Amino acid sequence: MASLALIVAGGIYLSAHLPEHVPLGPAVALLAISALLLVGNIVALSRVRDFAWDRFFSVARWSLLAYAVIAGMILYAFLEDHIRGGTLVVLTLSLVVFAIHVPMLVGFTVARYADSDARVAA
Amino acid sequence: MADTAISTPLLEPEAAAAAPPFERPDFEIVPRRGLVLVAVVAVALIVAIASNKLWPLMFFHVAGGAGWTIIDLFLGLVLGPIIGRMSIPARVEFTTRLMPKMVLIMPTVVTATLAAGWQVGLKTGNVLSSSPTHGWIVASYIVVGVMAVLALGLLEPANIAVLVELKKPRPNPEVIERLMKRFIYCAGILGVMQVATLVIMTKIASS
Repeated sequence: MASLALIVAGGIYLSAHLPEHVPLGPAVALLAISALLLVGNIVALSRVRDFAWDRFFSVARWSLLAYAVIAGMILYAFLEDHIRGGTLVVLTLSLVVFAIHVPMLVGFTVARYADSDARVAA
Repeated sequence: MADTAISTPLLEPEAAAAAPPFERPDFEIVPRRGLVLVAVVAVALIVAIASNKLWPLMFFHVAGGAGWTIIDLFLGLVLGPIIGRMSIPARVEFTTRLMPKMVLIMPTVVTATLAAGWQVGLKTGNVLSSSPTHGWIVASYIVVGVMAVLALGLLEPANIAVLVELKKPRPNPEVIERLMKRFIYCAGILGVMQVATLVIMTKIASS
């Protein structure tokens, strides 16, 4: 959640300055921290024993497809507005982190209850 | 239609054993026919952005925003409390019919509203820092940002997880109850935040 909040904050910061010049320092910092938290989440998740990875991926991959389309449409809008250079790079990377993060959250929420029917049967 | 039994939630063992199982209808987590409509809206949105004409952009922003706001308000402040007081079988049937549609509707209206809204702001000059409404515009970014974190981080995962749970041969009612509580409380908070959006947007429009 913190990683998602940081990437959204970065998006707000960029949008508040665009289409004019954007001082990229804060945006890069927010992106870097968000990405680090995302990597940390992935590492922590990979260490969970008996995690329902098949369920996680079966849900997350479709969610990833949907959010890749959404991120692509947002990026297209910014390209149409002739956003270029460092701002475009930061925007693109932010959208990549965003598009990975939400499917992870969806997949994790589903997978953590993967054996709930076994508990009911027991 | 394939029906599947669901165990009775949160009753004493004797009462649970005596209570008749209730049926739930078969459903698709992501309605495939709905994907066609989503694709139509997406293509139309891309055409609107590419054309860069004010009317189609304003149409998507206003229509999408109105749909988003009305759904959030109605779901959060009206339907949510009603769902909480429904019987379990009624709640399950309502959930299996409503939630799959929400999986498609909400991302579509939100994407259309925000993408078109940004383009409208560029055309009208509202997003420029020199605009007298710039402060209100940034306020709207913050409100939308908070809503996005709640919706994407809590609401949507709960939505999908409830539907996946209901698809199981023996859904766990405690899991469904916990996730539906999260869904309903988030929907309530988002409904209240939509009031802030209405204030900001009408302020900008009347400036």
